[in-house]
Amino acid sequence: MTRNQTIRCVLKPIVFLAALVPALLLGRRLVTGSLGADPLAEITNGTGLWALRFLAVTLAITPLRRLSGWNDLIRFRRMIGLFAFFYSSLHLGVFVIADRFASLGFPTPVSWETIRELAASIATEVYKRPYIAVGFTSWSIMFALALTSTTGMIRRLGGRRWQALHRLVYVGAMAGVVHYWWSVKADVRDPRAYAVVVTGLLAFRIVVWTHKHAASHTPALGRRAITTESRDAG
Amino acid sequence: MLIKRPADIPSSEITDEMVYLSRRRFIQAVAGTALATAGALVSETDVHAQQPAPHGRKLATRPSPLSTTEAPNSWSHITTYNNFYEFGTSLHEPAANARDFKPEPWTITVEGECARKGTLNLEDVLKGETLEDRIYRHRCVEGWSMVIPWVGFPLSRLVKKCEPTSRANFVTMTTLYDPMRMPGQRAPVLAWPYVEGLRMDEAMHPLTILAVGLYGEVLPNQNGAPLRLVVPWKYGFKSIKSIVKIAFVDKEPINSWKRAASNEYGFYANVNPAVDHPRWSQATERRLPSLFKTMKTLPFNGYGDQVAGLYVGMDPKKLY
Repeated sequence: MTRNQTIRCVLKPIVFLAALVPALLLGRRLVTGSLGADPLAEITNGTGLWALRFLAVTLAITPLRRLSGWNDLIRFRRMIGLFAFFYSSLHLGVFVIADRFASLGFPTPVSWETIRELAASIATEVYKRPYIAVGFTSWSIMFALALTSTTGMIRRLGGRRWQALHRLVYVGAMAGVVHYWWSVKADVRDPRAYAVVVTGLLAFRIVVWTHKHAASHTPALGRRAITTESRDAG
Repeated sequence: MLIKRPADIPSSEITDEMVYLSRRRFIQAVAGTALATAGALVSETDVHAQQPAPHGRKLATRPSPLSTTEAPNSWSHITTYNNFYEFGTSLHEPAANARDFKPEPWTITVEGECARKGTLNLEDVLKGETLEDRIYRHRCVEGWSMVIPWVGFPLSRLVKKCEPTSRANFVTMTTLYDPMRMPGQRAPVLAWPYVEGLRMDEAMHPLTILAVGLYGEVLPNQNGAPLRLVVPWKYGFKSIKSIVKIAFVDKEPINSWKRAASNEYGFYANVNPAVDHPRWSQATERRLPSLFKTMKTLPFNGYGDQVAGLYVGMDPKKLY
C-alpha cells in the first residue's frame, strides 16, 4: 500500500470513527439514563467542550506540521474542522430544541407560524444575551467555512480568496472561548485553560508572520526559503 | 557552630496550590484536546459510580400541611447534583468531595442585635424541636428545578430563642470556612465564607425552615449538612448550607452572589418568571430530570399565596 492509500483507506477512517466516539458515548449515556439528574446540562456542556477541543486540534495542525515536519497532517485538517462544526451544531441544536422550542411548549403540528415564532425566540436570545451572540457568531463562522470546505468551493473561490476566508477560523475559535468564558457563573478556571491553549495556537501564527515579514526585508537567499515554506501557514 | 542544613526543597520551589490547581486545569484542557486527536474515551466520570445510597440514619419526623403533593426527585438525583461551591463548582463534584466531611461536632454562633448571644451546640438548637417533612419545590437560578423532601423546623423557632432586639431588621447567616475540610474554598471563586441573609419577616415566615434531613434521614454532606436554610420561594442560592453563624443586623447585608455579580444576583432573589437573568430567561424551567425547559415558572415558585403579602408596595422588578 502506498503512503497515499494508507492515509486514505486506513488513517482517515480511524480518525473519523474516533472523532465520533464522544458523540456516541453521550448518546449511549442518554439512552441508558446514566447522565445523572440533569442530562441536558451534560449534553450541552459535552457537545460545547468537544466543539472547542476539535477547534483547538484544527488550529494545532499547522504548528504540529511545522514543528514535526509531518506534512501529511494537513490531510486531516478539513475532517477535524468539520467535526468542530458537527459538535457545535449539536450544541446549538440542543439549545434550539430543548431550550427555545421547549419554552414554546413544543407546539404541534409544526406550522410556518411555529417556525417563525421559534426563529423570533432564537433571535431574541442572540440579541439579548452577549454570550449567546458570541457563541452564535462562532457557529456561523464554522457554518460558512463548512459550506466552503469542499474541493469544488476551493477551486471556485480560488486559493487566495479561500484562504483569506478560512482565516476566519481564528475569529471563530476566539469567539468560542469567549462564549465559554461568559457562560460560567463564577469559576473561570476551565475557560481560562482553553483560552491559554487557543491563544498559544494563535500566537504561533503571529510569530510565523512576524518572521516572514522580517524575512521579506532581508535580501536574497533567506527570503526565498522562508516564503515558500510559509505560504500555507494558515 | 550550628550549621543549618537547608530543607530538601526550598519553600520557593513548592508549587503554590493555586498554581498547581490551575496548572492541572490547563493540562486537562490540553489533554482534552489531545484526547480528541487520539479519539480516546470521554473522561467525564459516570455519575452513577459515585451515587451514595440512603445511609439509614433515620430521623423522627411528622408530615406537614405545607408540603407539596408533587412527586419528589429521587435520592440519587438530589444528592448528586448540588451547587455547593465549597466542595467544587461543577454540580457533580460535591457528592464526591464532601464524602469524608465530618459535620460534627457542630456549633452555631449567635451574635448581633439580640439578647441571647453566644455559641450553641447543634444538639441545643435541635432540643425540643419537632422535625417535619417539608416537601418543597426547589428552583435554581440556573433554570432547573426539583421537588425535595426536606426534614426541618421553622427558622422562626431559633430566631425567637435568640431574642432579637427591635434593631434587628435582617438576619445574616454564614457557612463554615475551613479550606482543609472544604476543598472548594482553596480557590477564590467566591469571597469566602459564603454569606446569605433574609429580612426579618422572611426569616419568621412559616415556610422558611432550617433543614437537617432529607427523605427522613440525616442530611447528606453535599446537601449542606448538618444544618442549612431552605426558603422555597427564592432561588436556591439563598438557601445557605452548613451554617455556623447567625447574626442579627439592622442593615441589608450583602450576600455572596450579589457581591460576586450584582448585575445578575440580588438580595431578594424571589423566583420571578417576569425578570430574566441577564444570561437566560426565567420564564420556564426544567423539572429535572427532564431534558426540556417546558415547565412554566410560577411567581414566588408557586408560593405566592403565602408570601406575596411580604412584598406589597415593593417594585417586583427589584425582587429578583
